[in-house]
Amino acid sequence: MNDKKEQKKEQIIVASLHLFATKGFYNTTIPDIALSLKMSVGNMYNYFKSKDLLAKEIIKFVSSYFGRKIKAINEENISTKEKTRKIVEVYFQTALLKPEMIDYFLRIYLSTREVFKEGCEGMICVNDFVTEIMIYFEEGVKCGDLRDQDFFSAFGLFMGYMGGMVFLKGENVLPKELDQYIDDVSSNIYKALSA
Amino acid sequence: MKKTRVLWLTLMSCNGNTHSFLNYPYIEQFLNDFEFIYHPIIDSDYTLEEIISQDIACDILLIEGSVADDFIKAGVPGIDIIKRYAKIVEKIVTVGTCATFGGIFRESNYKDVSGLHFQEERRTDKYNDLFEKTVSISGCPVHPEVLVSTLYAIKKGLSLKLDAYLRPKEYFSYTIHNGCTRNEYFEYKVDNHHFGELEGCMFYDHGCRGPFTHGSCNKILWNEVNSKTRAGLPCMGCTEPSFPKRNIFETKKNMGIPEFLPVGVSKRTYLTLAGITKAFTIDRLEKKLFDD
Ligand code: SF4
Ligand code: SF4
Repeated sequence: MNDKKEQKKEQIIVASLHLFATKGFYNTTIPDIALSLKMSVGNMYNYFKSKDLLAKEIIKFVSSYFGRKIKAINEENISTKEKTRKIVEVYFQTALLKPEMIDYFLRIYLSTREVFKEGCEGMICVNDFVTEIMIYFEEGVKCGDLRDQDFFSAFGLFMGYMGGMVFLKGENVLPKELDQYIDDVSSNIYKALSA
Repeated sequence: MKKTRVLWLTLMSCNGNTHSFLNYPYIEQFLNDFEFIYHPIIDSDYTLEEIISQDIACDILLIEGSVADDFIKAGVPGIDIIKRYAKIVEKIVTVGTCATFGGIFRESNYKDVSGLHFQEERRTDKYNDLFEKTVSISGCPVHPEVLVSTLYAIKKGLSLKLDAYLRPKEYFSYTIHNGCTRNEYFEYKVDNHHFGELEGCMFYDHGCRGPFTHGSCNKILWNEVNSKTRAGLPCMGCTEPSFPKRNIFETKKNMGIPEFLPVGVSKRTYLTLAGITKAFTIDRLEKKLFDD
Protein backbone atom coordinates (compact mmCIF):
# COMPACT_ATOMS: atom_id res chain seq x y z
CA MET A 1 0.00 0.00 0.00
CA ASN A 2 2.67 2.46 1.06
CA ASP A 3 4.89 1.33 -1.77
CA LYS A 4 2.05 1.94 -4.15
CA LYS A 5 1.52 5.41 -2.75
CA GLU A 6 5.23 6.14 -3.15
CA GLN A 7 5.13 4.94 -6.73
CA LYS A 8 2.18 7.18 -7.47
CA LYS A 9 3.95 10.12 -5.85
CA GLU A 10 6.91 9.51 -8.08
CA GLN A 11 4.67 9.41 -11.16
CA ILE A 12 3.22 12.76 -10.17
CA ILE A 13 6.69 14.19 -9.66
CA VAL A 14 7.90 12.99 -13.05
CA ALA A 15 4.79 14.33 -14.79
CA SER A 16 5.07 17.70 -13.06
CA LEU A 17 8.75 17.96 -13.89
CA HIS A 18 7.82 17.57 -17.52
CA LEU A 19 5.02 20.13 -17.37
CA PHE A 20 7.04 22.68 -15.40
CA ALA A 21 9.84 22.38 -17.94
CA THR A 22 7.56 22.89 -20.94
CA LYS A 23 4.97 25.35 -19.63
CA GLY A 24 6.86 27.00 -16.82
CA PHE A 25 6.27 26.77 -13.09
CA TYR A 26 3.71 29.54 -12.70
CA ASN A 27 1.75 28.53 -15.80
CA THR A 28 1.27 24.97 -14.61
CA THR A 29 -1.59 24.27 -12.24
CA ILE A 30 -2.43 21.25 -10.12
CA PRO A 31 -5.44 20.51 -12.41
CA ASP A 32 -3.01 20.49 -15.39
CA ILE A 33 -0.88 17.92 -13.65
CA ALA A 34 -3.90 15.84 -12.65
CA LEU A 35 -5.18 15.94 -16.20
CA SER A 36 -1.88 14.78 -17.65
CA LEU A 37 -2.02 11.74 -15.35
CA LYS A 38 -5.72 11.17 -15.85
CA MET A 39 -6.26 11.65 -12.13
CA SER A 40 -8.96 13.63 -10.42
CA VAL A 41 -7.86 16.90 -8.89
CA GLY A 42 -9.23 15.74 -5.54
CA ASN A 43 -7.07 12.64 -5.64
CA MET A 44 -4.01 14.74 -6.53
CA TYR A 45 -4.48 16.64 -3.30
CA ASN A 46 -4.26 13.34 -1.42
CA TYR A 47 -0.66 13.23 -2.51
CA PHE A 48 0.36 16.86 -2.44
CA LYS A 49 -1.55 19.46 -0.50
CA SER A 50 -0.28 22.35 -2.61
CA LYS A 51 1.85 23.19 -5.59
CA ASP A 52 4.51 24.64 -3.31
CA LEU A 53 4.78 21.40 -1.40
CA LEU A 54 5.02 19.52 -4.66
CA ALA A 55 7.76 21.91 -5.78
CA LYS A 56 9.81 21.07 -2.68
CA GLU A 57 9.31 17.35 -3.11
CA ILE A 58 10.51 17.63 -6.68
CA ILE A 59 13.78 19.31 -5.76
CA LYS A 60 14.38 16.63 -3.13
CA PHE A 61 13.65 14.03 -5.78
CA VAL A 62 16.15 15.58 -8.18
CA SER A 63 18.73 15.96 -5.43
CA SER A 64 18.41 12.38 -4.29
CA TYR A 65 18.64 11.18 -7.90
CA PHE A 66 22.01 12.91 -8.26
CA GLY A 67 22.96 11.96 -4.72
CA ARG A 68 22.54 8.27 -5.54
CA LYS A 69 24.54 8.55 -8.75
CA ILE A 70 27.43 10.40 -7.11
CA LYS A 71 27.39 8.11 -4.10
CA ALA A 72 27.99 5.18 -6.44
CA ILE A 73 30.92 7.08 -7.95
CA ASN A 74 32.30 7.98 -4.52
CA GLU A 75 32.24 4.34 -3.56
CA GLU A 76 34.23 3.24 -6.58
CA ASN A 77 37.88 2.57 -6.05
CA ILE A 78 39.13 5.09 -8.63
CA SER A 79 41.24 8.25 -8.64
CA THR A 80 39.78 11.68 -7.95
CA LYS A 81 40.48 12.55 -11.58
CA GLU A 82 38.31 9.67 -12.75
CA LYS A 83 35.63 10.55 -10.22
CA THR A 84 35.60 14.11 -11.52
CA ARG A 85 35.05 12.87 -15.04
CA LYS A 86 32.27 10.54 -13.96
CA ILE A 87 30.43 13.26 -12.07
CA VAL A 88 30.57 15.59 -15.07
CA GLU A 89 29.41 12.71 -17.22
CA VAL A 90 26.40 12.00 -14.97
CA TYR A 91 25.47 15.67 -15.00
CA PHE A 92 25.74 16.11 -18.77
CA GLN A 93 24.09 12.78 -19.54
CA THR A 94 21.19 13.72 -17.31
CA ALA A 95 20.96 17.08 -19.06
CA LEU A 96 20.74 15.20 -22.35
CA LEU A 97 18.38 12.41 -21.36
CA LYS A 98 16.31 14.05 -18.63
CA PRO A 99 16.77 17.75 -19.32
CA GLU A 100 13.74 18.57 -17.18
CA MET A 101 15.69 17.59 -14.06
CA ILE A 102 18.53 20.03 -14.55
CA ASP A 103 16.13 22.60 -15.89
CA TYR A 104 14.12 22.34 -12.74
CA PHE A 105 17.19 22.87 -10.64
CA LEU A 106 18.53 25.81 -12.63
CA ARG A 107 15.36 27.56 -13.73
CA ILE A 108 12.93 26.84 -10.93
CA TYR A 109 14.80 25.95 -7.75
CA LEU A 110 17.48 28.60 -8.12
CA SER A 111 15.25 31.34 -9.49
CA THR A 112 11.97 30.88 -7.62
CA ARG A 113 13.40 31.26 -4.15
CA GLU A 114 10.14 32.52 -2.59
CA VAL A 115 8.59 29.06 -3.08
CA PHE A 116 11.46 27.33 -1.32
CA LYS A 117 12.13 29.82 1.43
CA GLU A 118 10.22 27.84 4.00
CA GLY A 119 10.92 24.13 4.19
CA CYS A 120 14.00 24.29 2.00
CA GLU A 121 16.15 26.51 4.19
CA GLY A 122 19.84 26.59 3.33
CA MET A 123 20.62 23.48 1.36
CA ILE A 124 18.23 21.13 3.15
CA CYS A 125 16.28 20.13 0.05
CA VAL A 126 19.45 19.43 -1.93
CA ASN A 127 21.24 17.79 0.97
CA ASP A 128 21.57 14.35 -0.62
CA PHE A 129 23.42 15.81 -3.54
CA VAL A 130 25.54 18.32 -1.63
CA THR A 131 26.58 15.66 0.90
CA GLU A 132 27.99 13.47 -1.86
CA ILE A 133 29.83 16.39 -3.45
CA MET A 134 31.29 17.16 -0.02
CA ILE A 135 32.45 13.58 0.33
CA TYR A 136 34.02 13.71 -3.13
CA PHE A 137 35.90 16.90 -2.15
CA GLU A 138 36.88 15.71 1.31
CA GLU A 139 38.28 12.43 0.05
CA GLY A 140 40.04 14.18 -2.81
CA VAL A 141 41.85 16.48 -0.40
CA LYS A 142 42.59 13.71 2.06
CA CYS A 143 44.35 11.57 -0.54
CA GLY A 144 46.34 14.59 -1.73
CA ASP A 145 44.71 14.93 -5.18
CA LEU A 146 42.77 18.13 -4.51
CA ARG A 147 43.94 21.37 -2.99
CA ASP A 148 42.48 22.26 0.40
CA GLN A 149 40.31 25.36 0.18
CA ASP A 150 36.99 26.75 1.28
CA PHE A 151 34.20 24.35 0.36
CA PHE A 152 32.13 26.97 -1.45
CA SER A 153 34.93 28.24 -3.66
CA ALA A 154 35.36 24.70 -4.94
CA PHE A 155 31.65 23.94 -5.05
CA GLY A 156 30.91 27.15 -6.93
CA LEU A 157 33.56 26.41 -9.52
CA PHE A 158 32.29 22.88 -10.08
CA MET A 159 28.57 23.59 -10.16
CA GLY A 160 28.78 26.98 -11.80
CA TYR A 161 30.82 25.61 -14.67
CA MET A 162 28.60 22.59 -15.29
CA GLY A 163 25.43 24.61 -14.87
CA GLY A 164 26.78 27.23 -17.27
CA MET A 165 27.43 24.65 -19.95
CA VAL A 166 23.96 23.18 -19.61
CA PHE A 167 22.51 26.68 -19.72
CA LEU A 168 24.40 27.45 -22.95
CA LYS A 169 23.13 24.20 -24.39
CA GLY A 170 19.58 25.15 -23.43
CA GLU A 171 20.01 28.49 -25.20
CA ASN A 172 21.16 26.58 -28.29
CA VAL A 173 24.51 28.33 -28.24
CA LEU A 174 26.74 25.25 -28.04
CA PRO A 175 27.93 24.00 -31.43
CA LYS A 176 28.43 20.43 -30.20
CA GLU A 177 26.43 17.98 -28.11
CA LEU A 178 27.03 18.22 -24.36
CA ASP A 179 28.64 14.79 -24.08
CA GLN A 180 31.40 15.95 -26.40
CA TYR A 181 32.44 18.46 -23.75
CA ILE A 182 32.79 15.90 -20.94
CA ASP A 183 36.53 15.38 -21.40
CA ASP A 184 37.50 19.03 -21.63
CA VAL A 185 35.18 20.25 -18.92
CA SER A 186 36.18 17.55 -16.45
CA SER A 187 39.86 18.02 -17.11
CA ASN A 188 39.49 21.81 -16.64
CA ILE A 189 37.67 21.27 -13.36
CA TYR A 190 40.24 18.78 -12.17
CA LYS A 191 43.12 21.08 -13.09
CA ALA A 192 41.52 24.00 -11.32
CA LEU A 193 40.89 22.01 -8.15
CA SER A 194 43.94 19.78 -8.02
CA ALA A 195 46.72 20.16 -5.50
CA MET B 1 40.01 -3.31 57.38
CA LYS B 2 43.56 -4.04 56.32
CA LYS B 3 45.16 -1.28 54.30
CA THR B 4 45.87 -2.16 50.68
CA ARG B 5 49.57 -1.86 49.94
CA VAL B 6 50.47 0.09 46.84
CA LEU B 7 53.74 0.77 45.06
CA TRP B 8 53.82 3.92 42.92
CA LEU B 9 56.63 3.41 40.45
CA THR B 10 57.63 6.29 38.22
CA LEU B 11 59.49 5.51 35.02
CA MET B 12 59.96 7.88 32.08
CA SER B 13 57.64 10.63 33.24
CA CYS B 14 57.04 14.29 33.97
CA ASN B 15 55.37 13.33 37.27
CA GLY B 16 52.14 14.91 36.07
CA ASN B 17 50.10 11.98 37.32
CA THR B 18 51.72 12.20 40.73
CA HIS B 19 50.61 15.81 40.91
CA SER B 20 47.18 15.11 39.54
CA PHE B 21 46.68 12.43 42.18
CA LEU B 22 47.40 15.00 44.91
CA ASN B 23 44.30 16.84 43.78
CA TYR B 24 42.10 13.99 44.88
CA PRO B 25 39.83 15.77 47.36
CA TYR B 26 39.54 12.89 49.86
CA ILE B 27 43.17 11.91 50.06
CA GLU B 28 43.02 11.47 53.86
CA GLN B 29 40.26 8.93 53.53
CA PHE B 30 42.24 7.26 50.78
CA LEU B 31 45.31 6.99 53.00
CA ASN B 32 43.19 5.33 55.68
CA ASP B 33 42.37 2.55 53.25
CA PHE B 34 45.60 2.35 51.26
CA GLU B 35 49.25 2.70 52.12
CA PHE B 36 52.10 3.42 49.77
CA ILE B 37 55.05 1.15 50.31
CA TYR B 38 56.72 3.73 48.09
CA HIS B 39 55.54 6.94 46.45
CA PRO B 40 57.81 9.56 44.87
CA ILE B 41 56.54 12.44 47.01
CA ILE B 42 54.30 11.05 49.73
CA ASP B 43 56.09 9.71 52.83
CA SER B 44 56.33 5.94 52.71
CA ASP B 45 57.79 3.10 54.71
CA TYR B 46 60.49 2.08 52.27
CA THR B 47 63.13 3.85 50.28
CA LEU B 48 63.46 3.32 46.57
CA GLU B 49 66.71 1.48 47.26
CA GLU B 50 64.90 -0.99 49.48
CA ILE B 51 62.16 -1.38 46.89
CA ILE B 52 64.61 -2.34 44.16
CA SER B 53 66.75 -4.63 46.25
CA GLN B 54 64.11 -6.58 48.20
CA ASP B 55 60.75 -8.18 47.56
CA ILE B 56 58.40 -6.06 49.67
CA ALA B 57 54.85 -7.28 50.22
CA CYS B 58 52.49 -5.32 47.97
CA ASP B 59 48.98 -5.61 46.50
CA ILE B 60 48.89 -3.17 43.61
CA LEU B 61 51.67 -1.88 41.39
CA LEU B 62 51.02 1.53 39.87
CA ILE B 63 53.19 2.44 36.92
CA GLU B 64 53.54 6.07 35.91
CA GLY B 65 55.49 6.94 32.78
CA SER B 66 56.52 5.29 29.55
CA VAL B 67 58.42 2.05 29.34
CA ALA B 68 61.65 1.42 27.40
CA ASP B 69 64.12 -1.44 27.75
CA ASP B 70 67.09 0.91 28.11
CA PHE B 71 65.51 3.20 30.71
CA ILE B 72 67.41 3.02 33.99
CA LYS B 73 65.73 3.79 37.29
CA ALA B 74 67.82 4.01 40.46
CA GLY B 75 70.65 2.15 38.75
CA VAL B 76 68.59 -0.76 37.43
CA PRO B 77 66.52 -1.21 34.29
CA GLY B 78 63.06 0.10 35.11
CA ILE B 79 61.51 -2.91 33.51
CA ASP B 80 63.27 -5.19 36.03
CA ILE B 81 61.46 -3.42 38.86
CA ILE B 82 58.17 -3.98 37.09
CA LYS B 83 58.95 -7.66 36.60
CA ARG B 84 59.95 -8.11 40.23
CA TYR B 85 56.74 -6.59 41.61
CA ALA B 86 54.48 -7.98 38.93
CA LYS B 87 55.10 -11.38 40.55
CA ILE B 88 54.15 -10.09 43.98
CA VAL B 89 51.07 -7.97 43.32
CA GLU B 90 47.53 -8.90 42.50
CA LYS B 91 47.00 -6.10 39.99
CA ILE B 92 49.04 -3.69 37.91
CA VAL B 93 47.59 -0.32 36.99
CA THR B 94 49.15 1.79 34.28
CA VAL B 95 48.57 5.34 35.46
CA GLY B 96 48.24 7.88 32.65
CA THR B 97 48.70 7.84 28.92
CA CYS B 98 52.49 7.37 28.92
CA ALA B 99 52.34 4.17 30.95
CA THR B 100 49.41 2.96 28.85
CA PHE B 101 50.33 3.96 25.29
CA GLY B 102 53.80 5.53 25.39
CA GLY B 103 52.63 9.15 25.29
CA ILE B 104 54.93 12.06 24.56
CA PHE B 105 58.11 10.11 25.38
CA ARG B 106 57.71 8.22 22.13
CA GLU B 107 59.43 11.33 20.79
CA SER B 108 62.48 10.83 23.05
CA ASN B 109 65.80 9.26 22.14
CA TYR B 110 65.14 6.05 24.01
CA LYS B 111 64.60 3.00 21.86
CA ASP B 112 61.12 1.60 21.31
CA VAL B 113 59.29 3.67 23.88
CA SER B 114 55.81 2.35 24.64
CA GLY B 115 53.24 1.83 27.32
CA LEU B 116 53.34 -1.42 29.26
CA HIS B 117 51.23 -3.26 26.68
CA PHE B 118 50.59 -0.80 23.87
CA GLN B 119 52.55 1.42 21.57
CA GLU B 120 49.80 3.74 20.47
CA GLU B 121 47.06 1.34 19.24
CA ARG B 122 49.41 -1.55 18.70
CA ARG B 123 49.70 -4.33 21.26
CA THR B 124 53.44 -4.84 21.95
CA ASP B 125 53.23 -8.44 23.20
CA LYS B 126 56.41 -7.87 25.25
CA TYR B 127 54.89 -8.49 28.66
CA ASN B 128 52.05 -10.77 27.73
CA ASP B 129 52.30 -12.64 31.01
CA LEU B 130 51.32 -9.41 32.81
CA PHE B 131 48.39 -8.62 30.52
CA GLU B 132 45.73 -10.39 32.55
CA LYS B 133 46.79 -8.53 35.68
CA THR B 134 46.74 -5.07 34.15
CA VAL B 135 44.18 -2.30 34.22
CA SER B 136 44.87 0.91 32.26
CA ILE B 137 43.79 4.37 33.31
CA SER B 138 44.87 6.59 30.46
CA GLY B 139 44.84 10.39 30.60
CA CYS B 140 47.44 13.12 30.54
CA PRO B 141 47.30 13.47 33.40
CA VAL B 142 45.24 10.72 34.96
CA HIS B 143 41.90 11.83 36.39
CA PRO B 144 42.40 11.39 40.16
CA GLU B 145 38.86 10.26 40.85
CA VAL B 146 38.92 7.70 38.08
CA LEU B 147 42.21 6.34 39.42
CA VAL B 148 41.08 6.22 43.04
CA SER B 149 37.68 4.71 42.25
CA THR B 150 39.39 2.00 40.23
CA LEU B 151 41.75 1.28 43.12
CA TYR B 152 38.76 0.91 45.44
CA ALA B 153 37.09 -1.41 42.95
CA ILE B 154 40.25 -3.54 42.93
CA LYS B 155 40.41 -3.44 46.74
CA LYS B 156 36.82 -4.68 46.91
CA GLY B 157 37.55 -7.43 44.41
CA LEU B 158 34.94 -6.18 41.95
CA SER B 159 35.31 -7.56 38.47
CA LEU B 160 36.02 -4.62 36.21
CA LYS B 161 34.73 -4.69 32.67
CA LEU B 162 37.59 -3.49 30.49
CA ASP B 163 37.83 -2.17 26.92
CA ALA B 164 40.37 -3.36 24.34
CA TYR B 165 43.06 -1.20 25.97
CA LEU B 166 42.26 -2.59 29.42
CA ARG B 167 40.53 0.61 30.51
CA PRO B 168 37.50 0.28 32.81
CA LYS B 169 34.39 0.66 30.68
CA GLU B 170 32.70 2.38 33.58
CA TYR B 171 34.83 5.44 32.76
CA PHE B 172 36.00 4.93 29.21
CA SER B 173 32.86 3.91 27.33
CA TYR B 174 31.78 7.51 27.35
CA THR B 175 33.18 10.24 25.16
CA ILE B 176 34.27 13.59 26.52
CA HIS B 177 31.49 15.09 24.41
CA ASN B 178 29.07 13.22 26.66
CA GLY B 179 27.94 15.71 29.28
CA CYS B 180 29.73 18.73 27.85
CA THR B 181 27.70 21.86 28.55
CA ARG B 182 28.22 22.91 24.93
CA ASN B 183 26.22 20.03 23.42
CA GLU B 184 23.46 22.34 22.20
CA TYR B 185 26.00 24.40 20.31
CA PHE B 186 27.32 21.24 18.73
CA GLU B 187 23.84 20.08 17.76
CA TYR B 188 23.03 23.32 16.00
CA LYS B 189 26.56 23.89 14.75
CA VAL B 190 27.19 27.13 16.52
CA ASP B 191 30.92 27.47 16.59
CA ASN B 192 31.58 31.15 17.14
CA HIS B 193 33.76 30.26 20.05
CA HIS B 194 36.43 32.29 21.78
CA PHE B 195 38.73 30.53 24.20
CA GLY B 196 37.48 30.70 27.74
CA GLU B 197 34.02 31.96 26.83
CA LEU B 198 30.88 30.13 27.77
CA GLU B 199 29.31 30.12 24.31
CA GLY B 200 29.95 27.98 21.26
CA CYS B 201 31.22 24.49 20.51
CA MET B 202 34.89 23.99 19.73
CA PHE B 203 34.51 21.05 17.37
CA TYR B 204 34.41 22.82 14.07
CA ASP B 205 37.25 25.32 14.37
CA HIS B 206 39.14 24.89 17.58
CA GLY B 207 40.23 21.29 17.47
CA CYS B 208 37.95 19.83 20.14
CA ARG B 209 38.45 16.06 20.13
CA GLY B 210 35.67 15.45 22.66
CA PRO B 211 33.38 13.55 20.29
CA PHE B 212 36.05 10.95 19.58
CA THR B 213 37.93 10.82 22.86
CA HIS B 214 36.99 8.28 25.50
CA GLY B 215 36.77 9.31 29.13
CA SER B 216 34.57 10.73 31.84
CA CYS B 217 35.81 14.33 32.10
CA ASN B 218 32.33 15.74 31.64
CA LYS B 219 30.67 13.13 33.82
CA ILE B 220 33.11 13.23 36.73
CA LEU B 221 34.34 16.79 36.85
CA TRP B 222 37.92 17.74 37.62
CA ASN B 223 38.39 18.94 41.19
CA GLU B 224 34.64 18.38 41.41
CA VAL B 225 34.24 21.70 39.61
CA ASN B 226 34.83 21.77 35.89
CA SER B 227 36.21 20.24 32.74
CA LYS B 228 38.33 21.62 29.91
CA THR B 229 35.48 21.85 27.47
CA ARG B 230 33.06 23.37 29.95
CA ALA B 231 35.67 25.99 30.81
CA GLY B 232 36.26 26.84 27.16
CA LEU B 233 39.33 24.87 26.17
CA PRO B 234 39.09 22.13 23.53
CA CYS B 235 39.60 18.52 24.56
CA MET B 236 43.03 17.46 23.31
CA GLY B 237 42.26 13.78 23.31
CA CYS B 238 44.69 12.98 26.11
CA THR B 239 43.23 9.56 26.92
CA GLU B 240 43.67 8.19 23.44
CA PRO B 241 46.49 5.97 22.12
CA SER B 242 47.77 8.50 19.61
CA PHE B 243 48.07 11.37 22.11
CA PRO B 244 49.74 13.88 21.84
CA LYS B 245 48.84 15.30 18.46
CA ARG B 246 50.19 18.41 16.81
CA ASN B 247 48.11 21.56 16.18
CA ILE B 248 45.76 20.80 19.03
CA PHE B 249 43.86 24.07 18.77
CA GLU B 250 42.91 23.56 15.14
CA THR B 251 40.35 21.28 13.59
CA LYS B 252 41.87 19.31 10.75
CA LYS B 253 39.57 19.91 7.81
CA ASN B 254 39.53 18.96 4.18
CA MET B 255 37.65 21.55 2.14
CA GLY B 256 35.90 22.66 5.25
CA ILE B 257 34.87 19.15 6.29
CA PRO B 258 36.30 17.85 9.57
CA GLU B 259 38.56 14.87 8.99
CA PHE B 260 37.74 13.25 12.33
CA LEU B 261 34.12 12.74 13.23
CA PRO B 262 32.25 11.63 16.34
CA VAL B 263 32.97 7.96 17.12
CA GLY B 264 30.85 5.63 15.03
CA VAL B 265 29.21 8.38 12.96
CA SER B 266 29.79 7.97 9.23
CA LYS B 267 30.81 10.94 7.12
CA ARG B 268 27.54 10.73 5.20
CA THR B 269 25.47 10.80 8.39
CA TYR B 270 27.44 13.65 9.85
CA LEU B 271 27.28 15.76 6.70
CA THR B 272 23.58 15.15 6.22
CA LEU B 273 22.77 16.24 9.77
CA ALA B 274 25.18 19.14 9.64
CA GLY B 275 23.66 20.29 6.35
CA ILE B 276 20.25 20.41 7.97
CA THR B 277 21.21 22.21 11.16
CA LYS B 278 23.47 24.64 9.29
CA ALA B 279 20.39 25.84 7.40
CA PHE B 280 18.84 27.30 10.54
CA THR B 281 19.93 30.06 12.83
CA ILE B 282 18.92 29.72 16.44
CA ASP B 283 19.04 33.23 17.87
CA ARG B 284 19.28 32.10 21.45
CA LEU B 285 22.45 30.19 20.67
CA GLU B 286 24.00 32.95 18.60
CA LYS B 287 23.73 35.41 21.47
CA LYS B 288 25.84 35.72 24.59
CA LEU B 289 24.38 33.77 27.50
CA PHE B 290 24.46 36.86 29.69
CA ASP B 291 24.08 39.98 27.66
CA ASP B 292 24.04 42.55 30.39
S1 SF4 C 1 33.14 21.66 22.89
FE1 SF4 C 1 33.86 19.60 22.34
S2 SF4 C 1 33.02 18.24 23.90
FE2 SF4 C 1 31.90 20.17 24.04
S3 SF4 C 1 30.11 19.91 22.72
FE3 SF4 C 1 31.68 20.82 21.44
S4 SF4 C 1 32.71 19.06 20.51
FE4 SF4 C 1 31.55 18.28 22.24
S1 SF4 D 1 39.00 16.99 28.38
FE1 SF4 D 1 40.16 15.76 26.91
S2 SF4 D 1 42.26 16.56 27.03
FE2 SF4 D 1 41.17 17.29 28.85
S3 SF4 D 1 41.61 15.77 30.41
FE3 SF4 D 1 39.69 15.14 29.45
S4 SF4 D 1 40.32 13.72 27.83
FE4 SF4 D 1 42.14 14.84 28.45
